[in-house]
Amino acid sequence: MVDLSVDLGGGHRLPNPLMTASGCAANGRELHRFFDVADLGAFVTKSVMADPRSGRGTPRMAETPSGMLNSIGLQGPGIEAFVDEDLPWLQSVGARVLPSIAGSSSTEYAHVAATLRASRAFDAVIGVEVNISCPNVANRGLVFACDPLASAKVIALVREQLPRDIPVFAKLSPDVTDITAIAAACVKAGADGLTMINTLLGMVIDTDRMRPQLGGVTGGLSGPGIRPVAVRAIWQVRQAMFEGRIRTVPIIGVGGVRTGRDALELVAAGASAIQVGTAVFNDPSAPVRVLRELCELLDAKGFERFTDAVAVAHGR
Amino acid sequence: MSERQLRARVTQVVAEVIATRRVGAYQHLTLVAPGVAELARPGQFVALAVGGETSGTLLRRSFSIHKVSPSGTYGGTVEIVVSAVGTGTRWIVDRAPHDTIDVVGPLGKAFPLPTDPVACVLVGGGYGSAPLFWLAAELRERGCHVEMVLGAASEDRLFGVVEARRSCDGVTVTTDDGSAGQQGWVSDPLPEIIERTKAGVVYGCGPMGMLESITRVAQAHGAVAQVAVEESMACGVGVCMTCVMPVVGADGRTRMARSCVEGPVFRGDRVRWDSFDGGHARVPDDAVGAPKVGGH
Ligand SMILES: Cc1cc2nc3c(=O)[nH]c(=O)nc-3n(C[C@H](O)[C@H](O)[C@H](O)COP(=O)(O)OP(=O)(O)OC[C@H]3O[C@@H](n4cnc5c(N)ncnc54)[C@H](O)[C@@H]3O)c2cc1C
Ligand SMILES: Cc1cc2nc3c(=O)[nH]c(=O)nc-3n(C[C@H](O)[C@H](O)[C@H](O)COP(=O)(O)O)c2cc1C
Ligand code: FES
Repeated sequence: MVDLSVDLGGGHRLPNPLMTASGCAANGRELHRFFDVADLGAFVTKSVMADPRSGRGTPRMAETPSGMLNSIGLQGPGIEAFVDEDLPWLQSVGARVLPSIAGSSSTEYAHVAATLRASRAFDAVIGVEVNISCPNVANRGLVFACDPLASAKVIALVREQLPRDIPVFAKLSPDVTDITAIAAACVKAGADGLTMINTLLGMVIDTDRMRPQLGGVTGGLSGPGIRPVAVRAIWQVRQAMFEGRIRTVPIIGVGGVRTGRDALELVAAGASAIQVGTAVFNDPSAPVRVLRELCELLDAKGFERFTDAVAVAHGR
Repeated sequence: MSERQLRARVTQVVAEVIATRRVGAYQHLTLVAPGVAELARPGQFVALAVGGETSGTLLRRSFSIHKVSPSGTYGGTVEIVVSAVGTGTRWIVDRAPHDTIDVVGPLGKAFPLPTDPVACVLVGGGYGSAPLFWLAAELRERGCHVEMVLGAASEDRLFGVVEARRSCDGVTVTTDDGSAGQQGWVSDPLPEIIERTKAGVVYGCGPMGMLESITRVAQAHGAVAQVAVEESMACGVGVCMTCVMPVVGADGRTRMARSCVEGPVFRGDRVRWDSFDGGHARVPDDAVGAPKVGGH
């Protein structure tokens, strides 16, 4: 039997490296009908902001080859409702939770982190993922994740709000010239880990109506079609860690994982944990299926520990 | 079925196609889907995966449940009526007997049934009539007088006229081109039927424009409209937030509600029809969390 456990920081040893991806699993109740969410290494919740948000108009999606485009606009209940209802529910079923937080200013991120910290269900939290792919109101809507200074400021402020044993993960966007520069800025500002990758910006035109198909015009591209981008991003950042350009911290890999083989690809590139996003829309029990398949593959390849497979493709 | 699925009232099965036949412009499929049949109620839907495990077409396609037989010869069966309009639906109508399709269901909220035996009018546009026969049977079991209005662009796009005549107390057919029944829309004969039967509820399933006019007519004639909507869905199970539409809640406030879990059946007068425009739905300015001027 392969030892699947993994420590992503703060002394929280997870039983396995499989997670949901933010925004692809809601806040747990819906998928709990298909599998026990406590069987996952961690449950990653939908990015939550300070106030309730309606999100964008519709259509909010378009199908693409081996993937989809979405423009949800971070619809959500706001952090107060999240800590009153969603987090306690996840705690009640025994889930380990990696909440994803978002903001439109660095102070909003800090406020959301502080409210989370004060939650009565905070015990269930094993780390916080910071979705920095949000437009920064103070900088004409340029997303934080495209600007190393703005990214660093958000991470530093969030880090201050949380206890030391709660690792902070910066979730990076692949839509940048050099992802290692953003990764370095985040780690320097106090990020204890990185999640890679968020969606890529894309657009679809409805050729029947000759207009943009999405209500929000552009959207985020996800699914198996973007997997090579995720593998590349993880590889580059992990390489920079080997070269000493970035302090070595755990990477959570996400992007196009549909099978255990896909997960192993991200792991071999340098990921210490795996999130399954869009594949859930195809198969609601994908996260636990991918875990099973990954375990079988590691076993077949003679790995005794999952962690032995992390970044093995480097230097081969 | 696991205990979890029984409790959750939803399941995922690899279903075998046991029958498939052409009905006018549509394909009528019968699937062996044990579990789904036992749990389903009229108005709920199933979400079908397209093209097998390695398919590049990732998103499931949703279909109203037309009929269920929980204890057929083959185990529980579920029937759907499919209009081939694109990649996914073409793949589904091309399935032959003994082929398999991955099915998740039953999903969504069912049509609420009246507690008293009030008269009901069931209105179906095109394949939208598919879930109504099952509903009609349940209503009549409760002693309701049931009339049906079936409408479509043309005769070949009507579904279930014969079955309607068998299962209802009265049937009216309309077509846009007059190729069957009376020429016009389902909303044309509706006022007379509501008035004559003193209907308390009008159930509707079909295109959004039709559901809006059913709601308007029902309201004007003192009936409650219950409509099953159709929005683009990526997951069908409530996790992606793509299928939303503006709906007024019990507290009087509008929210972008997920039509796959809070619907597909909504009370017609709760839907913000004023926000729909040619396939788009805007977020009303008074919706909870609507973007503020100069804000996000
Ligand atoms: C609750 C519900 C019940 C439905 N019941 C039926 C039924 O009984 N019979 C029937 O023939 N059709 C029904 N539909 C519509 C059916 O789901 C779509 O026609 C189908 O998804 C189109 O897929 P496609 O690949 O052929 O088309 P494409 O245009 O290639 O689809 C591209 C994408 O858009 C989505 N999409 C496109 N059109 C629709 C639509 N009208 N509604 C929802 N999603 C859409 C698809 O799911 C897919 O993700 C229902 C839809 C919903 C939401
Ligand atoms: C519908 C949808 C909603 C998403 N919402 C969020 C979100 O709220 N926060 C976030 O950090 N990422 C969000 N993502 C991005 C995913 O978490 C993930 O990074 C991306 O989709 C790539 O992984 P995948 O190919 O496995 O889906 C969303 C993706 C999709 C498809
Ligand atoms: S279709 Fe995904 S939430 Fe409704």
